[in-house]
Amino acid sequence: MNRNISKLQRIDARDLNYRELNRLIKDAANEGIKNIHLTNVNGQRYIGTGVNNAPKININGVPGNDLGAFMDGCSINVSGNGEDGIGNTMNSGRIVINGSAGDILGYSMRGGEIFVKGNVGYRVGIHMKSYKNMYPVIIIGGCARDFLGEYMAGGLLIVLGLNRKSKNPIVGSYCGTGMHGGKIFIRGNVEPWQLGKEVRVYEPNKNKDDFSLIEKYLRQYCELFSLDFDSIIKTNFTKLLPGSSRPYGKLYAY
Amino acid sequence: MAKRPTPTEFIVERDKDRCIACQVCVRMCSNDVHIYDADTNTVTSDNSKCVGCHFCETLCPTDAITIKKNESSFKPNANWSVSVISDITKQAETGGVILTGMGCDKPYTIYWDHILLNASQVTNPSIDPLREPMELRRYIGRKPDKIELDYNKKGKIELKTMLEKQLKLEVPIMFSAMSYGSVSLNTCISLAKASHELGIFYNTGEGGLHKSLYKYGKNTIIQIASGRFGVHPEYLRTGAAIEIKIGQGAKPGIGGHLPGEKVSKEVSEARMIPEGTDAISPAPHHDIYSIEDLRQLIHALKEATDYEKPVGVKIAAVHNVVPIASGVARAGADYIAIDGMRGGTGAAPKVIRDNVGIPIEFAIAAVDARLREEGIRTKVSLIAAGGFRSSGDVIKAIALGADAVYIATSALIALGCSQCQKCYTGKCNWGIATQDPYLTKRLNPEIGVQRLKNLIRAWSLEIKDMLGGMGINSIDSLCGNRTHLRGIGLSDRELEILGIKSAGEPQ
Ligand code: SF4
Ligand code: SF4
Repeated sequence: MNRNISKLQRIDARDLNYRELNRLIKDAANEGIKNIHLTNVNGQRYIGTGVNNAPKININGVPGNDLGAFMDGCSINVSGNGEDGIGNTMNSGRIVINGSAGDILGYSMRGGEIFVKGNVGYRVGIHMKSYKNMYPVIIIGGCARDFLGEYMAGGLLIVLGLNRKSKNPIVGSYCGTGMHGGKIFIRGNVEPWQLGKEVRVYEPNKNKDDFSLIEKYLRQYCELFSLDFDSIIKTNFTKLLPGSSRPYGKLYAY
Repeated sequence: MAKRPTPTEFIVERDKDRCIACQVCVRMCSNDVHIYDADTNTVTSDNSKCVGCHFCETLCPTDAITIKKNESSFKPNANWSVSVISDITKQAETGGVILTGMGCDKPYTIYWDHILLNASQVTNPSIDPLREPMELRRYIGRKPDKIELDYNKKGKIELKTMLEKQLKLEVPIMFSAMSYGSVSLNTCISLAKASHELGIFYNTGEGGLHKSLYKYGKNTIIQIASGRFGVHPEYLRTGAAIEIKIGQGAKPGIGGHLPGEKVSKEVSEARMIPEGTDAISPAPHHDIYSIEDLRQLIHALKEATDYEKPVGVKIAAVHNVVPIASGVARAGADYIAIDGMRGGTGAAPKVIRDNVGIPIEFAIAAVDARLREEGIRTKVSLIAAGGFRSSGDVIKAIALGADAVYIATSALIALGCSQCQKCYTGKCNWGIATQDPYLTKRLNPEIGVQRLKNLIRAWSLEIKDMLGGMGINSIDSLCGNRTHLRGIGLSDRELEILGIKSAGEPQ
């Protein structure tokens, strides 16, 4: 049996550049250490990228861009905010952000979950795709800016808009432009100006399958952030689906 | 208005005396041109469907078929050509963007044909490649500015400088990106296996990697494009190098759509998307809007692969290619592949293919010159791509400043391609640009490998001959050595950009 499994490794990230820090994380993971606690993280990029053996990585501080890019199986918990490019082309694993996150979160991710407690920036969930049993899920507790779910090809995106001021829209404009797969659920209503041409709006919660799909992930989300599932699910959700799985099929003359 | 059909481009001439009605053509033409009439036991043809691929000609056992260009469809007109009239007609009927395949076929100046090579006479004897060793090996990757040596404990000299990862090429030619999906698996296998046996590299394009191709990983450059299809940890680990595709010479600035019809079960597995769905690559990478962002992705990929592989960036040759390439070099790319406007494609809007970008000759000369001026030429390797037709083009590109070249169209021609430009229909009669099992089996990968090896061997021999003639015994010494080139029939401005003298001017 690997004696390292129960061991916890603490790494102080102060004054380390990203390459040095990531080397230490990779070495620990290669030794089979399953719990890695990082303190004083201050903008170091690519944490969780290229890390084997799927450890849990706890981050105190603010990790830099591309947190968990190309990540495979790690479970990352960030105590505060995240930056841009979280979960870029991620394959599997989980990233939990206890604050807000920046732009292009979950770009092209194919599997795993990203749970953000607060708000996210622009271009979130672009070109998410699912394949066989790989099913990417993003849940955003607050609001999202423009281009959410653009070119989405698969997976699940949920925006809750909790603690939202009424003048702040829950999602920005061009939501779901070019979408050709997957599902977006937005808690509450969206206006036509917020939506891309290729999405269709469906009546929320009419369908039992939709409810159980949301429930499956939202319960985990609520548990993580100590939120009350029942009161969140009470508000109606708007469901966005692609109008066609081939939005650009008629563009060409053959 | 009476509906006017698009003009018939080709006429299938069948010699009745020779035709034995064996129906080989009927069975084999993927465009259903030939029709068998059992009552009369004759074969006729529907000329309007013929794409001029000449496949039936090669199969007909009695040489009864000749495919001819239809000269008479419209009155000859330099302005309103048959293809212009036919495109307008098609668009009037469909309202759609005209698609095409392969590289730009417009008669823009091919600068390779206006550049002449040097040879030694008297003062500097030429080298006989049949007698002397000639070095064609190239290393692609970032080179150190200087090398430090030191004595080790045993008193032997050792290299102190840490060298960056390099790709070792036995010949300065590689097979350019062609994705599985746009071409058949048999095409990919031919390219992969030939690369393996030749000691060079082929490029996966953005289609992911079919499971049968993993074993050629050491000779594979894996590509990452905006759709990130089939990009997962094992894919990243398998390749010898990683290439971020920003642009393509045939369609700079736009994305791509692989229609669901071509996403077969196997293609879907390699791309990791559901079978039959469209594979849409957005125009930009939405995580790259600046050189800074590019730098971030380059280093994310290095971090994902433990800094064990070179990461290159492919860009299309556009008007600003010079500052862009300088930025790409500074972003930390190990090589820059520049694809000129004559580069091929499986499908592109015709108007873009034929009107956007610049020729590779200018791009490579201008980029090489600028990187030298800025003192960063050694930091990055340059790979030229886009319509290389012969070893002559290759050696001229190297003298203009390329470290190596990428070829694709000529490799496909070696595999049978007849340049019919219909790759986007997925009905390639030669089994190349298709996923139809009835067609793909026409390309035997074993024969394909042999033909590709023959092509590269032939070009290598020719390059050695030309090098020897110039009195050079290593391709390294020719890279960027423009004193061996002269221009003919070019303006002063063109000569200046190419950085070469006119024919007739001595050193
Ligand atoms: S095989 Fe090719 S050349 Fe022959 S009829 Fe069919 S499309 Fe035309
Ligand atoms: S690959 Fe096939 S379809 Fe494309 S130009 Fe060549 S022969 Fe025609």
